[in-house]
Amino acid sequence: MGTIYECGASGRKGTSLPPLGRSEEEILSFIPEGLRRKAPPWLPEVSQPELVRHYTRLSRMNYGVDTGFYPLGSCTMKYNPKLHEELARLPGFSGLHPLLPEEEVQGALGVLWELSEYLKGIAGMPGVTLQPAAGAHGELTGMLLFKRYFEDREELEKRVKILLPDSAHGTNPASATMAGFKVVSIPSDARGMVDLAALKAALGEDVAGIMLTVPNTLGIFEEDILEITRLVHEAGGLCYFDGANLNAYLGRARPGDMGADVFHFNLHKTFSTPHGGGGPGAGPLAVSEPLVPYLPLPQIVRQGNRYALDWDRPKSIGRVHPYFGNFLVMVKALAYILLLGDEGLREVSNGAVLAANYLKERLKKTYKLPHDRLCKHEFVLSGEGLGEGIRTLDIAKRLIDYGFHPPTIYFPLIVKEALMIEPTETEPKEVLDAFCQAMEEIAQEAQKSPELLKEAPHRAPVRRLDEARAVRQPILRESPA
Amino acid sequence: MTEYIPHTPEDIEEMLSAIGLKSLEALFSDIPEEVRRRYRPLGLPRGDEEKVRRHLEGLAKRSTGRGLIPFLGGGIYDHFVPAVVNYVISLPGFYTAYTPYQPEVSQGTLTWMFEYQTMICELTGMEVANSSMYDGATALAEAALMAHRTVGGRRVLVPRSLNPQVREVLATYAWGAGLELLDVPYSEEGKLALEGVPEGLCALVVQQPNFFGVIEDLSGLKERIGKAFLIVYVNPIALGVLEPPGAFGADVVVGEGQVLGNPMGFGGPLLGIFATRGEHLRRMPGRLAGRTMDAEGRPGYVMAFQTREQHIRRERATSNICTNSALCALAATVYLAALGPEGLRRVALLSIERAHDLASRIKMLPGYELAFSRPFFNEFAVRCAAPEEAVARLREAGIAVLPPGLVAKAGLDGAFLVAVTEKRTEEELSRFVEALKGEGYGDDL
Repeated sequence: MGTIYECGASGRKGTSLPPLGRSEEEILSFIPEGLRRKAPPWLPEVSQPELVRHYTRLSRMNYGVDTGFYPLGSCTMKYNPKLHEELARLPGFSGLHPLLPEEEVQGALGVLWELSEYLKGIAGMPGVTLQPAAGAHGELTGMLLFKRYFEDREELEKRVKILLPDSAHGTNPASATMAGFKVVSIPSDARGMVDLAALKAALGEDVAGIMLTVPNTLGIFEEDILEITRLVHEAGGLCYFDGANLNAYLGRARPGDMGADVFHFNLHKTFSTPHGGGGPGAGPLAVSEPLVPYLPLPQIVRQGNRYALDWDRPKSIGRVHPYFGNFLVMVKALAYILLLGDEGLREVSNGAVLAANYLKERLKKTYKLPHDRLCKHEFVLSGEGLGEGIRTLDIAKRLIDYGFHPPTIYFPLIVKEALMIEPTETEPKEVLDAFCQAMEEIAQEAQKSPELLKEAPHRAPVRRLDEARAVRQPILRESPA
Repeated sequence: MTEYIPHTPEDIEEMLSAIGLKSLEALFSDIPEEVRRRYRPLGLPRGDEEKVRRHLEGLAKRSTGRGLIPFLGGGIYDHFVPAVVNYVISLPGFYTAYTPYQPEVSQGTLTWMFEYQTMICELTGMEVANSSMYDGATALAEAALMAHRTVGGRRVLVPRSLNPQVREVLATYAWGAGLELLDVPYSEEGKLALEGVPEGLCALVVQQPNFFGVIEDLSGLKERIGKAFLIVYVNPIALGVLEPPGAFGADVVVGEGQVLGNPMGFGGPLLGIFATRGEHLRRMPGRLAGRTMDAEGRPGYVMAFQTREQHIRRERATSNICTNSALCALAATVYLAALGPEGLRRVALLSIERAHDLASRIKMLPGYELAFSRPFFNEFAVRCAAPEEAVARLREAGIAVLPPGLVAKAGLDGAFLVAVTEKRTEEELSRFVEALKGEGYGDDL
């Protein structure tokens, strides 16, 4: 697979710039000689047509939501509305410098304020910060809020532990650790929910709080959620809710009503902003009343008809973003909420949960379903027992041949050979049916011609790639020939 | 029904019946009744495309700052973005894809990640670069955490001449991780004035060029701090003409990559650059693309060294980062490919030239002087008796600069900061000078 470095020829260029007003030597004389670059960086030299063809070719080797069904569990790969892309490119948004005085950026502050208000309403919680740039950044910010809260109450010395169900996203333990907490794992019970007895045993004066994913990564709603948050609060702890799975109950329930103290949104999941091949996203937080004083600086407030920045918050943890967060992503999320309205928000969770349960009921006839109960926006199958030597990885790769993006695999860790499937609300029933048919045919192939699976994919731009080799013989950059 | 959700009443009926349920409500029976009962809607009616567009366009127009000429920098700069950049990042195969966990259907993303890593290594003079962090500020904070993990010690030397916004983010992370930030002053000329090296040091941070635009001399710094990390926070455009930090023994080079093909965007999304030396590979945060082979021996790309990352290593991961700034890194890749080595150098030289043109004309005005005498890149601090008044006069002329209040956060009083990119025209430079002259100086023209 050729890189851009293999295109072009010396002296070609992909864009034009104005000429210098004087000689290079004269301009370079402004820089002390020892600090001047001795050799130019090795960069491609390509004409514009070559550049466009190269990247168009690369883009066609990618699977995207605009290409087809992308049932990646816990990632909420829903359709990205095209209106949003136009709005985010309006010069009044994209061309705005973040350090302009607040009276010059009233419209942008208006976007932040309106989005904050809607997110407060959706979460049912009184405070919001829009600064976190991604879900994990929101988690870290949430853990820092916990830390400041206990510091303020002079309890930080003893409250050192964060409880984490064993089904948690990997970012949760990593975020808690970055904020200086110790992680204690809480097992799931046979229902796939938090084991209440284990939770009670773990709670004590050394616990700062719990990080919950609701619904959890099995796609199961914690039926004891009110009991869980009550127990944690009684023990003096706080409750963090990972909101990656908000698509499951948008417009129907609010984390604030379940006892959440901090809740993070993934605007790039629930609110349809594109994933961009891995980012940028946005991970705003909503917080309960006791945590409002600690929110990052500044807060956006409305005074009559104008918006202002409130810096007078002495208990704040400070900044977690140099400006206001991923603003252009927020523009898209605000447009999404405004288009949907209350009715539309509810249609999202209706559609997402309906599609997930429909797939689950059909696929459980062919695949092992470890937790057979009502699911929310996603569910987890096991690839075990499909055929001699057949692994979930083989099923995933074979799905590529059928024209689908594979589900999330080998997560959550508590299900062997996990296949985590999240259809979202934006897929037509015909697509869901075609996916089921593909999964059923793959199960038959696993019996009759298992090599079709083991050698898959057959119809992708490349065959199965050797991931171990990339570590054994690391090549992490192009080198001049 | 919204245009994004395709389920007809018949579809819903059929799917419910396949599940064995009678109503959509029944799909939510596992949420405690008490919780569902407490739900309150937003009171927001359904919108339509035109209505939403009008509303957002109204807000976009309401920011008067969009019409000002940005001689405003302080970390975010108004550089030229070739049209081809936006074209490429709008290709659906790129922007509607997820993280490339399934490499066989993600070769497009993995290939440009590999290209990006190469370009960042070349710019910074380092051996390995990750495929992006959220922004320069969190990249710096993560570099400090990595320094602590690698060499021990909890103290980080931080220049007073570091961008104050970036410093605030670093301070929040440092507090979270129990690191202590110690100030390094700057000299009267505006350059880093490193005096002693304290016990328990894990890193020295240097910004190149610094917040005031002054070009720092990096030579000899690494030798002075021993095993502690030399972390250099760069403006990557400046590296088109400045010797890369790798040549001065830097352990980590981080920086704000917004300037590489990304809009100012009211400060986000941004692009965190992160590059280090090969020996630190397994301790670095973030995703890496690596070249390998497929089952038929053809070259291809995968995510490499994922065992450092949170989804595998959990609480022992090198960082919690997952979602990053991929599409902004793609913009940077296309930007650098479009410019090539000559174009990048030209952007840097034009920025220097125009900044120095403007600075020399401001210096000639009575009552105005440059705050520092050291060589600068494309940004400089201007001192005068009434800086607020000068900024107001510039505003009258439709020009924005970094006001004294924000400059004072880095310890410099009575000055405003001026940034000049290749986009600023001769006419705009003249307008700037005219505005500063104001009344009573007209005769000098």
